[in-house]
Amino acid sequence: MASMQTGTHAGGRSSDALVRFTQVKKSYDGIHYVVKDLNLDVAKGEFLTMLGPSGSGKTTTLMMLGGFERPTLGQIMLDGKPVERLPPEKRNIGFVFQNYALFPHMTVAENVGFPLRYRGIKGEAAREKVARALGRVSLEAMGDRRPAQLSGGQQQRVALARALVFEPSLVLMDEPLGALDKQLRERMQIEIKHLQTSLGITMVYVTHDQSEALTMSDRIAVFHDGRIQQLADPKTLYNAPENRFVAGFIGENNTMPCTLVGHENGLAVVRMADGSILKSAGAAQASAGGDLSLSVRPENIAQADGQPAPGTNLFSGTVTEVFFLGDHLRLSVTAFAGQAVTARIPVSAARGFKPGETVHLSCNAADCRLLEG
Amino acid sequence: MWLPSYATPSERLSRILVVGFAVAVLLFLIAPLFIIVPLSFSKDPFFTLPVREYSLRWYEDLFGNPRWFNAMVNSAVAAVLTTILATTLGTLAALGIARPDFPYRRAIMALLISPMIVPIVIVAVGSYLFFGQFGLTNTRAGLVFAHTALATPFVVITVTATLSTYDTNLTRAAHSLGASGLSAFFRVTLPNILPGMVSGAIFAFATSFDEVVVALFLTAAEQRTLPVQMFSGIRDQINPTIMAAATMLLTLSILLFVALALLTRKKTR
Repeated sequence: MASMQTGTHAGGRSSDALVRFTQVKKSYDGIHYVVKDLNLDVAKGEFLTMLGPSGSGKTTTLMMLGGFERPTLGQIMLDGKPVERLPPEKRNIGFVFQNYALFPHMTVAENVGFPLRYRGIKGEAAREKVARALGRVSLEAMGDRRPAQLSGGQQQRVALARALVFEPSLVLMDEPLGALDKQLRERMQIEIKHLQTSLGITMVYVTHDQSEALTMSDRIAVFHDGRIQQLADPKTLYNAPENRFVAGFIGENNTMPCTLVGHENGLAVVRMADGSILKSAGAAQASAGGDLSLSVRPENIAQADGQPAPGTNLFSGTVTEVFFLGDHLRLSVTAFAGQAVTARIPVSAARGFKPGETVHLSCNAADCRLLEG
Repeated sequence: MWLPSYATPSERLSRILVVGFAVAVLLFLIAPLFIIVPLSFSKDPFFTLPVREYSLRWYEDLFGNPRWFNAMVNSAVAAVLTTILATTLGTLAALGIARPDFPYRRAIMALLISPMIVPIVIVAVGSYLFFGQFGLTNTRAGLVFAHTALATPFVVITVTATLSTYDTNLTRAAHSLGASGLSAFFRVTLPNILPGMVSGAIFAFATSFDEVVVALFLTAAEQRTLPVQMFSGIRDQINPTIMAAATMLLTLSILLFVALALLTRKKTR
């Protein structure tokens, strides 16, 4: 499994980890745990994203790493030293806040120069560093402005410059692009990624936006209910989700209840609600008896044509709705005795569908995943 | 104010009545000013209107007569000390209450505000009896302490209001960039809550400078403040110097009011 190679479970812990969470738990009231048994390594130079819905524990984890929250139990190592009791000002971590947290009473240059004074950098040396940091985010000319005189995207860049100017080895970001419009957000994603790779910084990034996570990250930790559901590179996460939550949270997925019948040529054979038999990859983790779901992405469902290749699942259903979305059609179908299935069919490959008609669809067994629950 | 040309006669009449009533109320409220200010410039030693001849003799008396001058100095010193104490204590209290994990916030806030609500005579008698135990009656310190109790609620309220719009991530950002607790407070938090502190300080200064009841109870001749001097002046002998003092107080109030207006305008801009 690709996800196991990048995983950080016992035994597989590498020595070049910059950050290491060991059995970290956090509770505010002593009863409910917001973060449960967190084990996570962040390698030097890595861009790691913590992705999850609100309340999943990702921001609390980031705040513990930044020093604004203390873990209830467990250990956090930074560069080989335990830091659970170290205040934020002693951690030398760059932090970019959700609303930028620029100091409104200081100019842009004063904001960026703020961390330098605490590192004994003054005068000409400080001015040079500020100019270089502002240059890096293309804001050389804005040094004398106040944050309020800048656009949202520019404020975002100032926050970035301020977090980078003192050359921290680790930079944390808490949904830094949440307040920007879609176009700007996509541009900033690429800019941040460029800065991170060119400066070789380790970044831990928190977001609830899955496309943002997929675009920027080396690895993504999907948080839900205080636990990491899956930790993997974007491709693995997208193609091989390990459980129903990840399958449903990253991209779109059809998850359909089924029962395991047996195995055949390394594929699992499952029976759907209407008795039809399908085959699926990802059988290794599935045990017979428990509640299982067959998961397949809408773009992996195609119209069945004359000669299906071996290993192709065929099924039919009744069209309920058809939407035209420019480059593809979105087809809602009822199949397997009442199960709603969505398919994305490229416009070039589609014929005219009408609600109520019966369609024959196919999906490759290799594109199907068998998930528990 | 002005009606369109198609207004009916009854509409015109009702408009005239409303405007007339409003002007009458306004005149009633500010009438004392029309009397006090001209009288303070009158040459006559008794209160006669209209003023026959103008002079500055009562202002000369105010600044020349040691009793009046000392009273002004006492008032100014007490007000400045009260302002410093009340602003410091009120800001600290507001900062504490604003913390998200602060217990019993409502009850403690109510307690802090109570000197504003309790009748002033009760505060005065209470302070007099309580401070007597510690020898603080007839001392400047006693007066300043009592005035601080009266003035602090204003600071708590204005600073709390400012803090409600303060982004606590600014403090966190300062810490993450290397600032320790005190440094982050003075370089980031304080400049951003300063407008609230200054508004509170202005209220605190005015509270102390105008206050007469507590000052009557707690001061002897040496610490006598301007309002107390005016009060006793009225009882002892009618003297237009009171009018000069009143005009001075009035001018100060207007200046403070203007300062406050400028401050809030800058904040909302």
